[in-house]
Amino acid sequence: MIQAIAFYLFAAILVVSAGLTISSRNPVHSVMWLILAFFNAAGLMVLVGAEFIAMLLVIVYVGAVAVLFLFVVMMMDIDFAQLKTDVARYAAIGLALGAALAAEIMIAAFAWNAGRIDLTRRVAPVDRALPNIEALGQLLYTRYLFLFEAAGFVLLVAMIGAIVLTHRERAGTRAQNISRQVARRPQDATRNVKPAVGQGVEL
Amino acid sequence: MIGLIHYLVVSAILFTLGCAGIFLNRKNLIVILMAIELILLSVNINLVAFSSFLGDLVGQVFSMFVLTVAAGEAAIGLAILVIYYRGRGTIATDDVNRMKG
Repeated sequence: MIQAIAFYLFAAILVVSAGLTISSRNPVHSVMWLILAFFNAAGLMVLVGAEFIAMLLVIVYVGAVAVLFLFVVMMMDIDFAQLKTDVARYAAIGLALGAALAAEIMIAAFAWNAGRIDLTRRVAPVDRALPNIEALGQLLYTRYLFLFEAAGFVLLVAMIGAIVLTHRERAGTRAQNISRQVARRPQDATRNVKPAVGQGVEL
Repeated sequence: MIGLIHYLVVSAILFTLGCAGIFLNRKNLIVILMAIELILLSVNINLVAFSSFLGDLVGQVFSMFVLTVAAGEAAIGLAILVIYYRGRGTIATDDVNRMKG
């Protein structure tokens, strides 16, 4: 019972906030609704028993991706009002297409009831004795180790790509020249002088 | 009782909303990227729901990889957006014709 209430609560807020994400006038509000949608999706995943994915969703999506969106939206000085399209012109056909798409997906989903899916051999059966995180870790660091490392490489390439794309040399800034620093010797840098008494040193 | 079908319906609605978001905000690249994130989120819900109700953990592993790709895609997409805005001073998709594609 509590599970059903929680499911309908999370699902309703998820759908409403997703709708507000795409229809909000101000992109900053869009990002906020997106964050709410991610939180409720994480709630759904907790309900279904995937705690690790839920926490990952909160950390990666809310903590990184949504904040990145927020940064970009707030840093750019854009007149968002002129980016609005005339929704009314395509509203009818758009709604019809959207309803058709949703109906098709749902019919396909309900067809699942017609013939049961029988997994003859589960690839990684859920062991009820193990917590979700432990089971996932055992799977990830053994059978899917190479895929896991490939995912790490994807993130590395994305990081390097983002830095390379947005980095720019600014004129008038002074950068460190490491080879010059390393090549500097005491003989070149210092001078030994022997001034006469009372004469002082010319620098 | 909440079954697999409930999760699939929520995921289908979310997917449709994401697709509609791309069409509704054709000119605003940032909101298009957010709509893509919504679509990927619905895929994740699908994978996790099937994983849980069929008793197979692999769906959650796949979901993690989808999450990784989504994070990388958002980073690269926003980087391209930033350099585009730096060069042009606008992010309207109608003006993105530099490569004449």
